[in-house]
Formats: sequence, C-alpha cells, structure tokens
Amino acid sequence: MGLGFLLQQPFAQHALLAAALVAVSCGLIGPFVVARGMAFAVHGIAELAFTGAAAGLLVANNPVVGALIGSVVVAGLIALFGAKQGERDSSIGVILAFGMGIGVLLLGFYQGFATAATNILFGDIFGVSGSQLIILLVICLIVIAVMGIWYRPLLFASVDPEATEARGVPVRGLGLLFLVVLALTVTGAAQVVGTLLVLSLAITPAAAAQRLSASPLVVAGLSIVFAVVAADGGLLASFQSNVKASVFITSLSFAIYVVARLTGPLLRDRRRAHRQDRPAGQEATQPPADPQTAGYACQDG
Amino acid sequence: MRWEGDVNGSAGSAIALRGATVRFGDHVIWEKLDLDVVPGTCLAILGPNGAGKSTLLKVLLGLLPLSAGTITIDGRPPGHGSAEAGYVAQQRVFDPDLPIRGRDLVQFGVDGQRLGLPRTRARQVDPVIEAVGAQSYADVPIGLLSGGQQQRLRIAQALAGGPRMLLCDEPLLSLDPAAQEEIVAVIDRHRRENGTTVVYVTHEISPIADVVDQVLYVAAGRWAAGSPDTVLTTQSLSALYGTHIDVIRVHDHIVIVDGDGTGVGAHHPHDDHVHDTHDGHPPEGHPH
Repeated sequence: MGLGFLLQQPFAQHALLAAALVAVSCGLIGPFVVARGMAFAVHGIAELAFTGAAAGLLVANNPVVGALIGSVVVAGLIALFGAKQGERDSSIGVILAFGMGIGVLLLGFYQGFATAATNILFGDIFGVSGSQLIILLVICLIVIAVMGIWYRPLLFASVDPEATEARGVPVRGLGLLFLVVLALTVTGAAQVVGTLLVLSLAITPAAAAQRLSASPLVVAGLSIVFAVVAADGGLLASFQSNVKASVFITSLSFAIYVVARLTGPLLRDRRRAHRQDRPAGQEATQPPADPQTAGYACQDG
Repeated sequence: MRWEGDVNGSAGSAIALRGATVRFGDHVIWEKLDLDVVPGTCLAILGPNGAGKSTLLKVLLGLLPLSAGTITIDGRPPGHGSAEAGYVAQQRVFDPDLPIRGRDLVQFGVDGQRLGLPRTRARQVDPVIEAVGAQSYADVPIGLLSGGQQQRLRIAQALAGGPRMLLCDEPLLSLDPAAQEEIVAVIDRHRRENGTTVVYVTHEISPIADVVDQVLYVAAGRWAAGSPDTVLTTQSLSALYGTHIDVIRVHDHIVIVDGDGTGVGAHHPHDDHVHDTHDGHPPEGHPH
C-alpha cells in the first residue's frame, strides 16, 4: 500500500485532520501549562478522561461526551480544592486516585465490550468518526477563541498574579476559565494520542519552544508548529509501519525537545555575540555575568 | 493615644482616610483610621506581620471595600485596580524558562489587564525602562535576571501606566542590602522628579528611613501616624502596643524591641492570615 493511496482513504484523512486539530489546541495552551506549572493537572485530567468515558458508556453509550463532561467536572474540582498554588498538586493527586477508582467501578457495571473506554487510555486515532471530528473542531475553535480574547491577561496572571490582581483582573475567574479550556483540550487529545501520552502534545512542544525564544508570541507560534509536526509527522510515519501512531508522535515530540535543548544555549550565545558587536550598545559596556545569566551580559550592583 | 497628620480636610490629599475600618466578620483588622497624605509624600506603613498592612494596601488599590469610614485617592474613591496606582510586589522567583522578557513584563503595566494578544511597543516601555536603568537587560528572559534587576523591571511595570501613586508591598524583601539601596534610590528619584506619591508597606524601616516623610504604624488593631520622629519613639509605640517598647537607633538602623527583649511581634492577637510569630525578632530594624 503506497502512501498516496492511503492518503485518499477517509480514515487516514480523518486521522490527519484530528491530529492537526488536537495539536493546534495543545500547542496553543502548552506555554500556559508550562508557565503555570500545571503539568500534573494535564496528567490528572487526561487520566480521568477514562472515568468520564466509562460513565458516558454506562449512562448514554457515548464515551466521548462522557469524557468531555467529566473533564469539566474535574476542572471545577481542581479549582475548588487546589485554589492555593501549594495545595494544587496534592489535590489533583487526591482527585485522580479517587476518580480512577470510580472509573474502574463504572467499567465493571458495563456489560458490553469496554474497548471504547480503554481506547481513551491509549488513543485510537484511526477510529476517529465524523462526529468526533466535529467535536475536535469545536474544541479547537473554543480554545482559539478563549486564547484570542484572554491571552494577554492570562499571560500576565500566569507570570505575576499579584500585580495582575492589583490591576483589577479577576485572577481566580481567569484561572478557572483556563482550567476548563485545558480540560476540554486534554480530553480531546486523549482520543488521539491516548490519555497516557497527552503530555507529549500539551507540554513537550511548549517546553521546546521556550528553549528557543523568550518572546511570548514567538513561543506560542513555535509551540503550535512543533505540536502539529509531531502529531501529523508521527501519523504519517505510522502509515508506513506496523507500529502504533502514539509511539511515533511521542518520539518525534521528544526529539524536537532534545534538539531545542541542545540548540537553545547556542542561539543565546549567538544573540549575545550579535549584541556585543553592535556599536555603542549598552550591553557591550557591561562585563559578562555569572554562569546563571551567561549569555546575557548583565549584572546590577 | 493617636498621632494624626494634617487634619485640615482632604481637599488636596493624595490619600485621605476618615474613620476607616476593616472588619472580617467580628474580627477588626484596624479601625477609625484617619490619614492624610500630601501628593509627593513618601509614606511608610509599618507594623508586625498580620497587623493589616497589606489589607490597607488592598483598600488603597480599590480591591477591598472599607467596612466603615471613607477613603479618597486624589479626592475620588479608588477605582477597582485603576491605573492611577502603580503596584510593586515583593520580589519572587521567576522560573528561568518563563517565556517573558523584561520589556514584556513592563508592557503589562500599560495594558496587561486588557483583552487580546500581547504586543510590546518600544515607544510605550522604553522611557520607563530607561528611567529605572534596566535598558541593558530588558530583552533577557526575566527568569535569568538577578533579584535586583527583576525588581527594577517590576518598578518600571508599575510606572509604565504613569501612576500618580506608587504602592510598594515589601519591595525590598529577599534583596541584598546593596540592591535594596539601589531600588530605594530608583523609586525616590522618580518621586522627586515626578511628584509621585510613594507608599511603602514594610516591616523593616531601616532601608527606607532616609526617604520616608510620614509613617503609619499599625499594630494590634490600633494605629499611630505622623512623622518618623514622632511615631517611632519609645513613648508612642509603647502607647500603641499597650506595653513598654524600646525604640533604639543604632547608626542608621532603627530597632524596635519590647520590654522583655523578645520582640513586639508577640503582641499581635489580630494575626489573621500571616502566621509568622517573629520568635525572638523585633518586627523591624533588626541589623543585617
């Protein structure tokens, strides 16, 4: 089977489109997940998609809608229990453990084959139906809309919550809004790469992008590009082999991160060299700083 | 016994409080507070942890309403997080990977509360970055800068909106003495050049003792206000705490110790949200 033939098949087209939609949402929220230190929240929400899916199967025979509704409930619980930064991770752990237990219980009640629920754990990209595609598209549009409207105050609040509050921004409300959007995105992603591998699209591309730039919009752009390359690139690679797409997606994502980690410091050094070459630049008049700030000739005092 | 500043009305005051009281349920943080601050003044709000200093700052920022009494900022009630007041919080550690440069942080001071995508405009931020002397590292990721450099950029952020009042909440905490001195100098130069009213909330007056015109001391639900020389005396603080307090001046340090030498921090039953009991430490002015 050639790649050209495969690409004409609806299941392959659906898969590529689904991966791209998930990647754009994940890439867009990724920098905020990293800035707010919410990697564990992503993991918790992703695993609890299993519980939501099991509940959805049991009640309405619809794991996807169950997972989506469940994720919003989980987002609310995390916001409720983990309002303080220090207790957030422990609250997520508490909710995660209890939620998974409920998931196992619910699945026990389900009489049919539970593949739909376990698919949420490992991803079933080639089983994406037309209606699931529409759900993913809607999620992606919601993420783009929310981010487009609240990007600036959300970034401000992620970086400096006290100053943001002093400017009259409702920081807590914004945090809850972000959690809900995060929950929808992660649950959507869970269908494509699976719950266990969601971190590779929601965090790795953003972490890689941050190694290469400190400009908020450049980081956002790179993060989206890296996520799409990993998701669709991994998918195309899996068409040519018998290995599951998740393996390629996570590997590609990881490879991008490693390359960014290795090249990031070089980029900084080049920028410094460029700066010091500039005539009459203030930078050149300062001595190189300690190793921690190396690459940026600066030190006050 | 209370020391009051100018009581001739609030007409020209940058800050005017009349009978201001904050209560959470039955718990009185402070009450019947009267204060007038003339524009361009440097005011220090002092007191042990938990005395309600930060609560007062929230009131000044318009984030918390008074339970009783009135407050006006420039003759008007404070707007909800209005741009009239710039806010400098205490230095906190930024993650080294945070995708934010100094100039992005400063730009938030102009439009961080507005919706939309972030855009950093040199025209809006360069003048304040220069004013705090941060131009050489304004493009560096914020997490890679030293504490003093980060604090200069926070001040630039607070100044970016062109505020008539600068509110600084423990801005010198966790900075070394040299950096503290620089930060105080940067803020004070801006105050003298622009007539900005500056309010420091701090539990340690020594680093700012040279620039402070007026002191508001809050402790145990009571308060005293006036010039540093009238408020920071053995007599006035003893009256405030209701027990004997020694105010000792050693070179440019001001040390406040209670009668048995254990530190006045033990005398604050109104400790509502800060659980630092100051074991054996005076609340302010202890030498470095």
